Amino acid sequence: MKHIISILIENEPGALSRVVGLFSARGYNIETLTVAPTEDRSLSRMTIVTSGSDDVIEQITKHLNRLIDVVKVVDLIETPYIERELMLIKVRAVGKEREEMKRMADIFRGRVIDVTDKSYTIELTGDGVKLDAFIDALDATAILETVRTGASGIARGERILKA
Amino acid sequence: MELTGAEIVVRCLQEEGIEHIFGYPGGAVLYIYDALFQQESVKHILVRHEQAAVHAADAYSRSTQKVGVCLVTSGPGVTNAVTGIATAYMDSIPMVVISGQVPTHAIGEDAFQECDTVGITRPCVKHNFLVKDIKDLAATMKKAFVIASTGRPGPVLVDIPKDITRDRCRFEYPKSVPMRSYNPVVKGHQGQIRKAVQLLLQAERPMVYTGGGVILANAAPELNALVDLLGFPVTNTLMGLGGYRASSEQFVGMPGMHGTYEANMAMQHCDVLLAVGARFDDRVIGNPKHFAQNPRKIIHIDIDPSSISKRVKVDVPIVGDVRECLTEFSAQLQAAFGAGSRTHKGVQAWWQQINEWRKKDCLKYDRANREVIKPQYVVEKLWEITHGDAFITSDVGQHQMWAAQFYRFDKPRRWINSGGLGTMGVGLPYAMGVQLANPGAQVACITGEGSIQMCIQELSTCKQYDLPVKVISLNNRYLGMVRQWQEIEYGSRYSSSYMEALPDFVRLAEAYGHVGIRVERPQDVEPALRDAFGKYKDRTVFVDVITDQTENVWPMVQGGKGLTEMLLGSEDL
Repeated sequence: MKHIISILIENEPGALSRVVGLFSARGYNIETLTVAPTEDRSLSRMTIVTSGSDDVIEQITKHLNRLIDVVKVVDLIETPYIERELMLIKVRAVGKEREEMKRMADIFRGRVIDVTDKSYTIELTGDGVKLDAFIDALDATAILETVRTGASGIARGERILKA
Repeated sequence: MELTGAEIVVRCLQEEGIEHIFGYPGGAVLYIYDALFQQESVKHILVRHEQAAVHAADAYSRSTQKVGVCLVTSGPGVTNAVTGIATAYMDSIPMVVISGQVPTHAIGEDAFQECDTVGITRPCVKHNFLVKDIKDLAATMKKAFVIASTGRPGPVLVDIPKDITRDRCRFEYPKSVPMRSYNPVVKGHQGQIRKAVQLLLQAERPMVYTGGGVILANAAPELNALVDLLGFPVTNTLMGLGGYRASSEQFVGMPGMHGTYEANMAMQHCDVLLAVGARFDDRVIGNPKHFAQNPRKIIHIDIDPSSISKRVKVDVPIVGDVRECLTEFSAQLQAAFGAGSRTHKGVQAWWQQINEWRKKDCLKYDRANREVIKPQYVVEKLWEITHGDAFITSDVGQHQMWAAQFYRFDKPRRWINSGGLGTMGVGLPYAMGVQLANPGAQVACITGEGSIQMCIQELSTCKQYDLPVKVISLNNRYLGMVRQWQEIEYGSRYSSSYMEALPDFVRLAEAYGHVGIRVERPQDVEPALRDAFGKYKDRTVFVDVITDQTENVWPMVQGGKGLTEMLLGSEDL
């Protein structure tokens, strides 16, 4: 089952590799990973999408907490949460495809952010499932390039993750 | 007054009350060695290989609870140290490793003797630091000592570039270094302890199973008191030997792959298991599926939450310092006993059962043999001659298991071995570290002719510092444990487990300036050991004991098998 682990970690050199090293050393899976400093520059916020049985997820959170640099760990799926991912996708857009592409982008609430006479670059945000759905909806041969950030997540409502 | 980085390092060690450090000099740490040279209080022990420096610091800690400290240079100094660091990490030993690094400006340029020390050691340390600014040096050293010695202990490495050891800065050693991300739990949850105590009071077939955590938490007195109060059977793992006194009737021996029949049967068939500072290791409970076949309630006390419910699902987890928790257990039990609620009567029947299991006499061996020396006999004699009160270090293999089975430890921190990583070669450097930490104490290294050759160069260190350790080598001309597995599981195809071309250990010991004794007949074992601890009390002695070549360690639970699927001897093969 999919889990979204949110981590507050000291913004120190090597902190990321401690987290990644832990996952690889213990054979845990990372589907996506995002990281950037928070409003407090001394802290980074990391979101890791992973999957595993409840026992495995319990071990993952325990081991993350054991890392000296890690300040807080939560599994977002335990309570309501919001997940967003950004995708930039470059698609072929020639002739009557151009209009079709624009329409598809509109349907998925995407925006065309760069245009040439042969291509569009579309910006799309949403959860991973929505981005997958957009890719599936396109003619595969029309896709020239995709780049995805991986998921970021935050709890709904009053719940916050603070040092 | 401003000090150089090197002087700051040494001042930090002084502030921490460090008396001995183990190390080996090299280019990147020359300023630190220069600073060490100009003071008296921190004594540096020069080993012959960095691996031994780390092992010695590790054993220094194991035998005293102090933080062990070692110092190595960059590049090969660090890579040689990695085995030692990983060994300490697996057994949660508090240690600070100081490593030199190439100058800051040269990092990443493939400089001479450069390696990514922080990267290489990351998976085998509790934490590590690269000091990039001399202003951070003192606080980093303080953090290293705090992290190493609190919570679940472990080795911490501080990597210091050479230019930082040369630069100058005002020195102030912080009294405390608050870390928002590091707050180990100490006190166990009261409600959980209450629940656990209720389980213990109702138990009909209770069992206490304790590990290295009891030793590390200095909780042996509390454990002895609690177990005596309960009247329950108790087993200590390889890492936990001495946690409860082996001379007590309640002690059923070590559990696990080479544990006693009664300990393993009791582990499997108990209805309430109190696990204390132990981690249900594969060498202890065997196949976890088989272990789970018998229903039982498990109480698990551990300072590290990630050790709980890792291999075995636990019913009452208690995260906290083992000593604090055991004290609370005893207090609550005493209150319950005061109110008249004694432990369950069924426990008597359980003891009868355990005594039945004991009748198997699973550690029996051919004690009367007058032809060949049985390795178990050597350990028993050593126990006798040292009145069971020596510090025993061991290497890894059959001799380690015989030492664990036949040297009955009544005190904690007397049994020093590599349990988790299983590192051959630790024995002699361990003995050095123990002897330096405990001058005047009897220290013996039980080893084999295979293991001892992995760090034999340290005989030279023993000479330099007059360390009167006794090396008792059980020489069977085989890598015995490998040979045993090959006999049992690989159709007696002894692939590369025979040691040809062994040196003459007596002459080798003599060449290093020590006493060498060769023992070939059973009747000569005792006199040789008496000489080692008597006539040659103040000398390093190497006793080369030619033992039965094909003796096996029994009982044995083969890898992947259930804990009670034991082989009790060759008749079970």
